[in-house]
Amino acid sequence: MRYLPLTDQDRKAMLAKVGVADIDALFADIPADKRLKGLVDLPRHKGEAEVERILGRMAAKNVPASSVPFFVGAGAYKHHVPATVDHLIQRSEFLTSYTPYQPEIAQGTLQYLFEFQTQVSLLTGMEVANASLYDGSTGTGEAVLMAHRVTRRNKAVLSGGLHPQYAEVVKTLSHMASDTVVSAPAKPLGDEDLAALIDDQTSCVVVQNPDVFGNVRDLRPLAKACEAKGALLIAVFTEVVSLGLLESPGAMGADIVVGEGQSVGVGLNFGGPYVGLFAAKSKYLRQMPGRLCGETVDAEGKRGFVLTLSTREQHIRRDKATSNICTNSGLCVLAFTIHMTLLGEAGLTRLARINHANAVKLADMLAGVKGVEVLTKSFFNEFTIRVPGKAADVIEKLAAKGVLGGVPYSRLAPKAGLDDLILVANTEVNTDEDRAAFVAALKEVV
Amino acid sequence: MLNNQGRPTAAGEATASAHPTFTGNKALQVEEALLFEIGRAEVTGVDLDEPEAVKSRLGGLERKGAIGLVGLSEPETMRHFVRLSQKNYGIDTGLFPLGSCTMKHNPRLNEKMARLPGFGDIHPLQPQSTVQGGLELISELARYLMVLTGTSAVTMSPKAGAHGELAGMMAIKAAIEAKGEGAKRNVVLVPESAHGTNPATAALIGFVVKSVPARDDGTVHVEDVKALLGPDVAAIMLTNPNTCGIFEPQVVEIAKAMHDAGAYFYCDGANFNAIVGKAKPGDLGIDAMHINLHKTFSTPHGGGGPGAGPVVLSERLAPFAPLPFIRKEGEKLVMVEDASDAGSAQPFGRVTAFHGQMGMFTRALAYMLSHGADGMKQASEDAVLSANYIRAGLSDLMSIPFPDHPSMHEALFDDEWLKDTGVTTLDFAKAMIDEGYHPMTMYFPLVVHGAMLIEPTESESRASLDLFIMALRDLAMAAKKGDTARFSGAPYHAPRRRLDETRAARTPILKWTPPAPAQAAE
Repeated sequence: MRYLPLTDQDRKAMLAKVGVADIDALFADIPADKRLKGLVDLPRHKGEAEVERILGRMAAKNVPASSVPFFVGAGAYKHHVPATVDHLIQRSEFLTSYTPYQPEIAQGTLQYLFEFQTQVSLLTGMEVANASLYDGSTGTGEAVLMAHRVTRRNKAVLSGGLHPQYAEVVKTLSHMASDTVVSAPAKPLGDEDLAALIDDQTSCVVVQNPDVFGNVRDLRPLAKACEAKGALLIAVFTEVVSLGLLESPGAMGADIVVGEGQSVGVGLNFGGPYVGLFAAKSKYLRQMPGRLCGETVDAEGKRGFVLTLSTREQHIRRDKATSNICTNSGLCVLAFTIHMTLLGEAGLTRLARINHANAVKLADMLAGVKGVEVLTKSFFNEFTIRVPGKAADVIEKLAAKGVLGGVPYSRLAPKAGLDDLILVANTEVNTDEDRAAFVAALKEVV
Repeated sequence: MLNNQGRPTAAGEATASAHPTFTGNKALQVEEALLFEIGRAEVTGVDLDEPEAVKSRLGGLERKGAIGLVGLSEPETMRHFVRLSQKNYGIDTGLFPLGSCTMKHNPRLNEKMARLPGFGDIHPLQPQSTVQGGLELISELARYLMVLTGTSAVTMSPKAGAHGELAGMMAIKAAIEAKGEGAKRNVVLVPESAHGTNPATAALIGFVVKSVPARDDGTVHVEDVKALLGPDVAAIMLTNPNTCGIFEPQVVEIAKAMHDAGAYFYCDGANFNAIVGKAKPGDLGIDAMHINLHKTFSTPHGGGGPGAGPVVLSERLAPFAPLPFIRKEGEKLVMVEDASDAGSAQPFGRVTAFHGQMGMFTRALAYMLSHGADGMKQASEDAVLSANYIRAGLSDLMSIPFPDHPSMHEALFDDEWLKDTGVTTLDFAKAMIDEGYHPMTMYFPLVVHGAMLIEPTESESRASLDLFIMALRDLAMAAKKGDTARFSGAPYHAPRRRLDETRAARTPILKWTPPAPAQAAE
């Protein structure tokens, strides 16, 4: 077997050195009646070509985003990732390294974590950022738990514009931890009065911007309302490219900012792995979940980096830790950092302008389709349309015509009674031809 | 230039330390500034055309000032990150004996497969009719995991091992609540030797953690568990093989004791790699066990993730598995994403948006297809043999806390043998760096003083293992001879000497900030 260097001769010699007659002597602690005789019921080993054939056949049954006019978003976005990113993250020393517990031989990982934390802190307008969580949704759950610890309260208020699957993650966690969640109903136009739901037990208000329907929101009034009642404002984003153009959540008064970084460097991957971005005001530093990388010096006074403040973490604090997270999203952090380095201030802001301009163009084109209504007035690169009949049927019919035209809101929340809404995303990868194909197909199916 | 004129190549002088360089670089070891010290706001390495002007529809919420980011051109980016990579140790660099972390070879076929557009470039919310191959891959991986563990259900979405623990413990909590015992069963038993994630996970969802004491042979005894059992106990979280590298001989009795008391057995599957193809956890009586795909099935660790932590479940817990899950309807595969479509199942909720770590699933299945039933069993055997070979090669010099049990995939030593040498476990580990090795896991498990946990994995040749043993023997003898200088200042040859962690924690600097403007000259 190509992955196993030992030969039968080696094995024999090694068993002799160990002083046992056969390999099963080393498995003697397994109760005899539980030891497997022979092989499990799975196929035997295969060469590379055969594995490629099997997996290639499965892959060929799927429709890749790049192969069709593609407008699907709702928390994961199709963006172009430069070739440099994928080359660099496959460098052996990055790909096959571990969590940097031995800083003397992990300065590569530690330095990019430090650069990542700086980038995230700048983008979100916050004082400190951690070295990543799994993704935006689990990060939102962690943010709520952190707000509970900071405020010593246990009620979270969720905006109706929070991605329904993110809301489910928070509700599940809260139910299990015996905390309280109040969810505002979904409002496609974003017109909700969250301030009215805050009381003296409320630890936090969780609001997404742009929200799941695409509405761009001014968080400042809500930030004031939270402050007045001693609750924290948790600002969530699912499209990090929007931060290239929109006022940062920090500048609008957020206490904790959490979001999905998938758009930069990571790719679609059918939902994972992604990368959770997490930032906060520095006064809450010691309640933050996840790893933190900090600057220090070595024995010769040279600058270097280490994982720090680990007394918050599970491997030190065990049942008193701020989170149970261990492995996070290291390699996706690297992809994000490289792509963000390539973009820089100039590239990211231009990328954001292109996304917005394309979305505006598409919204105007769709508004001209008979029977279709564009609901969202202020948006970044995603907006909501109302179609006659069931949105899910429209999307299937579009798919049959070779256009992936967005996400029916009913897929995310079947019981919300919003069966005629489609979330439509438009990024820099969409061309004028893509938009024309979408409009033509939509005209035929509605 | 080619030396074809017979110029002498011998160095005039042999010591390097007397010749510091102007740049601080040492040939291939090049110092690299921070991105923010070399990048510029106006530079970008991505060519994008400015869009046609449109009337902004941002509702007046445009950013007012600059973000503060900097960019690099493509060649500068390449050089920056390649130089950073050269300051890292990886499996491809050398033997990486980090116990409990399973740093085995990461086949590049897996990387190639995960990047097929049909897997890497599909969206979790595009119509299910357009991703049938993606759902097929998840189902096939799920089938492999169930066959290998002897279970009948698996939840695929958890994002890493600790997240799998959370999902598994949530399923247990949901099952207890369904029986109407939610209020009274709130205690989770965790052995002292457990990974920190176990007590952290239990506490996160409101369980009270009670410690099971360690016996002096490194195993958990059923009598100690029984002594703690009562109507308030919800579950035990037991790692098997355990963190001392020993297969728990009484695991079946412990499982039975838990079930007899109306409680559940959560198995931490971090060390499943030792017994794949040798025993099925389902046969041992587990109710839930996460599988770290990034350990056992070799999806890369990537400097700390991403991982993946599917959880296999017993029949008693299967109905409570979280959303989403895949159901077969005729020839079609359906991803059930909402409780209203769950039929008779009672999913406890959802632990993440979307469907889990597809990128890791593809890599893990490629690994399992490559190895096959025969290769996976052989891999377990080779990992266990290699660990015992190292143990045998060092046992006359280094002390073994639990000599009565064979090691599984990792060999555990304590620091008894370092007593009175002036060398600590930490010093010893740092000296390994100078020898070209990544240190072993140290000071874990907590039940062993100065623990050194060595996991070679199945990926090392015999020659590589022999050299490793010889290097450690040489270090051990140096320590015993009193050559403390070799240890106290180590590492001497790494890109950095030991780093001041106290300083980092006392005055945290967690991001780059522009240097203060220089003082005006007086």
